[in-house]
Parts: sequence; C-alpha cells; structure tokens
Amino acid sequence: MSFINYSSREINCKIVYYGPGLCGKTTNLQHVYGKTNPEAKGKMISLATETERTLFFDFLPLSLGEIRGFKTRFHLYTVPGQVFYDASRKLILKGVDGVVFVADSQVERMEANMESLENLDINLKEQGYDLSKMPFVIQYNKRDLPNAAPVEELRKLLNPNGSTDYEACAATGEGVFETLKAISKLVLIELKKSH
Amino acid sequence: MSNPQLVMYDEEAKQISAIIDRLTKEANAKVVFVVDKNGQLISSSGETAGLDTTSLASLTAGNIAATGGLAKLIGEKEFSILFHEGEKDNLHISIIAQRVILVVIFGSQSSLGLVRLRVKKVSEELAKIFESLARKAEAEAESGDSPFAEITDDDIDNLFN
Ligand SMILES: Nc1nc2c(ncn2[C@@H]2O[C@H](COP(=O)(O)OP(=O)(O)OP(=O)(O)O)[C@@H](O)[C@H]2O)c(=O)[nH]1
Ligand SMILES: [Mg+2]
Repeated sequence: MSFINYSSREINCKIVYYGPGLCGKTTNLQHVYGKTNPEAKGKMISLATETERTLFFDFLPLSLGEIRGFKTRFHLYTVPGQVFYDASRKLILKGVDGVVFVADSQVERMEANMESLENLDINLKEQGYDLSKMPFVIQYNKRDLPNAAPVEELRKLLNPNGSTDYEACAATGEGVFETLKAISKLVLIELKKSH
Repeated sequence: MSNPQLVMYDEEAKQISAIIDRLTKEANAKVVFVVDKNGQLISSSGETAGLDTTSLASLTAGNIAATGGLAKLIGEKEFSILFHEGEKDNLHISIIAQRVILVVIFGSQSSLGLVRLRVKKVSEELAKIFESLARKAEAEAESGDSPFAEITDDDIDNLFN
C-alpha cells in the first residue's frame, strides 16, 4: 500500500520485481542503481547468499521528482526466485503497489517462468490482491542469448491478458528503465483512481 | 485491497514527533524511529545525522516480517518485542497496535530495563494516534476528495522527462 504523507508532502510506493531464480531481478536493480544520480537514490541493500543469490530481498529507494507538490518516492524490492524461498516471497509482497514480472527468455527456463508466475498469482490472492487488476508489467529478459525463445511464444505463454511488456537485456541495461517507467506510471495512475 | 492505506497528516505527525522526542530523552536513547510494516519511515528522533534511516526502516520491516513468519510457524501470533544486543549499541524493536514498528537504538548510557519501561509508557499513546489516523484515512477515502484525483497524465509523464 502506498503511504501518503501530507505532513512531509511525500508519496511512497512499493514495487516488487518477481520471477524465477537467475532471471535477472537483482541485475535490473543494479542497473537502475548504477545509472541514477546520487541525489535521487539511497543505498542499495542486498541480502544475498555467498554465491550472490538473493536470500531475502534487494532494496533500492528512488525519488522520482515532484507531482502536484508531493515528492514521489519508489521503493524497489526483488524477491528471491529460488523455489524454496516461498515464505520470504510472501513477506516481501506485503503492501505491494505494483509488480514487475521478469521472465527468463531462455527456452529451457519456460517452465520455471510459468511456475513462478503461477506462484505470484497464488501469493497475491492469499493477500487479497488480484494480479489482473493491479499495476503489472512483464519483462522478457536475456534477449541477448542465442537460446532465447521468440517473443511471440513468451507472450502466448506468460501474457495472455496483454499486460504491458518489454524486451530487455538487464546485463547491458537495455529495457530496464522502460520497464521501471511503465510500472511507476501504472502505480501513479492507480493512486489517482483510488483517491 | 487487503490492508488500509497509510496516510499521515500534519497534526498527527507533530504529535508522533513530540512523543518520540520525549522517548529519546527519557530512555537516554541515541535514536528512536517509527516505521510502518511495509518499511516506510514515518518519523525519527535523536542523533539521526549520518544514519541511513531509509535503509534502517526497510531492514527493520524485513526483520519484523521474518520473525512474524517464524512466530506463525510455531503457533504464535507475532513476537511483539525484539532485542538485538551489540558491543556498543543495542536495538529494541516493538510493534505498536499491530500496525507500526517502534525502534530504539541505545548505548551504555541507558539500559534494557529503562528502555522497556519507557517504550511501554509511550506505546499506548502512539497506538491511539495510529488508530485515529486509520479512521481518518478511511473517512477521507470515502469522501473522495483528495489532491490525487486531479493528477493528469501529463503530470505523470513530466516525472520521467
Ligand atoms: N546474458 C544475460 N545474462 C543476464 C541478463 N540479466 C542477468 N543476467 C545474468 O544472470 C545471472 C543471474 O542474475 P540475477 O540478477 O542475480 O538473478 P535473480 O533473478 O536476482 O536471481 P535470484 O536472486 O536467485 O532470484 C547473473 O549472472 C546475471 O549477470 C541478460 O539480460 N543477459
Ligand atoms: Mg536476486
């Protein structure tokens, strides 16, 4: 849930990057962190294993500027993608305002993508959210790899409802800011609707 | 949606700030801050200069979420107080009215006993404020007038230019 502070004139929103293990969620945040002006970002926190797999979450606070005299701040989180960290994923989804689903384009990761998307749907429902009614963007990542499936195929399997989607190569940053802008916009539009 | 929107107004912000300023003094604490369960900082007091309060807020909420998950696994509703002891500084974390998290950082000039006592005293005061805030936000949401209804697509686009 967004937090509106009339006293300090700030809007705070929470965006969660979801997706299967190794799909590139942490890489998305690292790219945003690397390319953002120091005054617009806070420290990036990564709670990771020794092998750099996300253990609990990554966190990156960003300020986007003002809207109607309110400072807009976005808190970006990633979940741990590995299947057995489901309890942690549920915790991180609490209070979410918008979700980015990062899919791994590699053909052999298709099942993992579908499983993770289903898991997202279930975990959101448990908290009373409906994925089809909330700000949601899909990113087809790792487009640079030779074994990437055609986008049409990914779309058919992962995006039957026609949500906003982008192709990306998080490793080089391609598509990363497009994805972030799209989800931030959807979150702000939702804020406008719900008020 | 499941949990109600958190909203803060001037009046309550001042009240909360006064209460935690007092707590900082009476508990001989270094820093006191209040965070919502989603990790957003609500208010802070004490020696916060040079302290990354945004990160502290997010990690505190993660900590409470993780221990809350542990509590459920063993059949508890939640652990309402957490204490972390360091070499120099200590952290006392408590949940207020099941909604927000109160964090006290203190060193050797204070003690766990004193902090517990003072935290207990202000908890009810804070709980009352957050309950009234929740009611106010609900009433506001129903009445439907808010500055955000006026946001235009251009306003949103401008953020990204
Ligand atoms: N070739 C290629 N590699 C990528 C791309 N994006 C990420 N990677 C690599 O994929 C690996 C995993 O990336 P992470 O960002 O750690 O993945 P994650 O989704 O955070 O994984 P978990 O934390 O386990 O859930 C790293 O070695 C990245 O460098 C991409 O677009 N192309
Ligand atoms: Mg990761």
